[in-house]
Parts: sequence; C-alpha cells; structure tokens
Amino acid sequence: MDDIDRKIVLATQSGLPLTAEPYKAVGEVVGIAPQEVIERMARMLEDGAIRRIGLVPNHYALGYAFNGMTVWNVDDVKVRELGPKVGALECVTHCYLRPRHLPEWPYNFFAMVHGKNRETAEKGIEEIAQVLGDHNKGNLVLFSSRILKKTGMRLGA
Amino acid sequence: MSRAAMREDKSHLLDDKDRALINAYQGGFPLSERPYADVGEKLGLSEDDVIARIGRMLDEKILTRFGPLYNAERLGGGLTLAAMKLPEEKFDEIAEQVNAFPEVAHNYAREHELNMWFVLATETPEGIAETCKRIEEATGYKVYNMPKEEEFFVELTFEA
Repeated sequence: MDDIDRKIVLATQSGLPLTAEPYKAVGEVVGIAPQEVIERMARMLEDGAIRRIGLVPNHYALGYAFNGMTVWNVDDVKVRELGPKVGALECVTHCYLRPRHLPEWPYNFFAMVHGKNRETAEKGIEEIAQVLGDHNKGNLVLFSSRILKKTGMRLGA
Repeated sequence: MSRAAMREDKSHLLDDKDRALINAYQGGFPLSERPYADVGEKLGLSEDDVIARIGRMLDEKILTRFGPLYNAERLGGGLTLAAMKLPEEKFDEIAEQVNAFPEVAHNYAREHELNMWFVLATETPEGIAETCKRIEEATGYKVYNMPKEEEFFVELTFEA
C-alpha cells in the first residue's frame, strides 16, 4: 500500500463514479492513467485490501426485515472447530469469535442471521443451536431495532 | 434520512433488471475500461441504463453503497465491534455524539442492556483503543470493545 494506492482508496471509498469510464475519472483525481487504476485495484482485490467491488444493498430495503445478531457462549476449546460449521449455514452471513466481558457479557461467538420473516430467522437460530449442541452454554438474539449509521469505513484525507 | 426510511421494505420499487443487477453484482463488478457497458452486455441493458439504475437505487437507499469495499485491516488499519449500555432517555443524544466520529462505520440500536452496537474502522490498529477512549470521554459512558479474534465465514450477499 503506497501513496498512490492510498489516493485511490480516498477517491473511491465513498463510491465509484457513475460515469461511463469510472476508472478514468478516478485516475484523473489521483493523477494516473486509467489502466494503472485498474491494475492497482485488481491487486488490492487479490491481496484482500478490497473485499469486493459491487452493489451493497440495504438489506431492509430488499425485504430482509429480520436481522438478528445471535451471540453464544461456546466452549473455548470447541469454538474454533464449530465456528466454520455455523458459518456454512445458509442463513448465516458473518460469524466471529470475540472476547467476553465477564460477568456482564459471557458471549464469545457471534453469528449474524438474516431472514425475510421471523420464521426463517428463527429457523436459522435453531439450526445454529443444533450445530453447537451441548457446547453452547447460553445464547441471546439481539434484533436490530434501528440503523443509526451506515456509511462504511472512511480513511481521513 | 429518517431511521424509518432506512428500514423500509422497498423491494416493490425493484423491477427484474434491478434484481438481476443486485443478484449478479454484489461482488465481481468489472475492472475494465467501460465496466457499465460490460455489465449491460451480460444483463441485456445499455450502458446508460446500468448507470441510471445504480444511481436510482442509491438515491432510493436500496443500495447503501456502490464501489469497492475496503478491508480496513488489510489497509493497515484497525477494525472492531463495540457496544455501549445507554439509558433510553440519553440514547438519541449519545447516538448523535457517537455517529459524529468518522471512525464509526455502522451503528445499530439493538434490544439488549447493551443497546448500541457500532463498528469502528481506524487508520491504524492503535486507533481503535484511542477512539474507544475518546468516545468514552465525549459521552461519559463505557465502550465495550469486542474485536474479532477469528472470522469463520463471510459471505454477505442478499437475494433481491
């Protein structure tokens, strides 16, 4: 990641220009040829600096009304083995191991569940419980009641 | 934008071509000279139509973003999930204070004692702890920092 990459990030992090040649437009801002923008972004995509390039839907707008953050207290020795199995479930979009904050927060395993209706979401939660079995020592579902902000990450200029 | 507008089901505003765009290009948008023309060719749309549809869906807030999604950690930055436990009567005021931090990428109200959950993205890994501290100082409430220790699967795509 050099200065030019950084300038590309700054020029595109709020979105790709909606003009016929968007990478040319980015190149004009950064001061490089369109082909170089394309090559550098391709490299960032390959090495994971860019996760993906495309449309990011607001899942509520698509009718996914039930978006639950499910949190689980899973055996530390088993969680790394069980994590990928939960992640493979269709209803699960992200899942992570995170630190507990004892005693208030005993949950170390987070799985995001999305569904167009409560039934689908609840079925998903049941599937997770089945995968975790006895290694689950307690869980909660935190449905989101409001989106307060959703802008994506921003680098400062 | 009002919060209600962010949560509204707007799928009735989508036609088949919009759905095709969403379903085909949550990733893999071409890195080419005329990417909108390339997308249009695949979906049977003109270049102008692809551009207009993406612009319209952004305006209608059906899309929250369009373009590259950067991975803060791979850019050398820090990323975390954090929560706060706020009294209902202070919630909106503190939400405004928290959202004013540019490091706050997403923020959700959730139904729990820990009722505010946000993602922090910072330019350096050290920025996470600093930002948590600044939020605590600005608001007077504790920030529960829950950085990921492992990521098991990420496939965030929705069917329109």
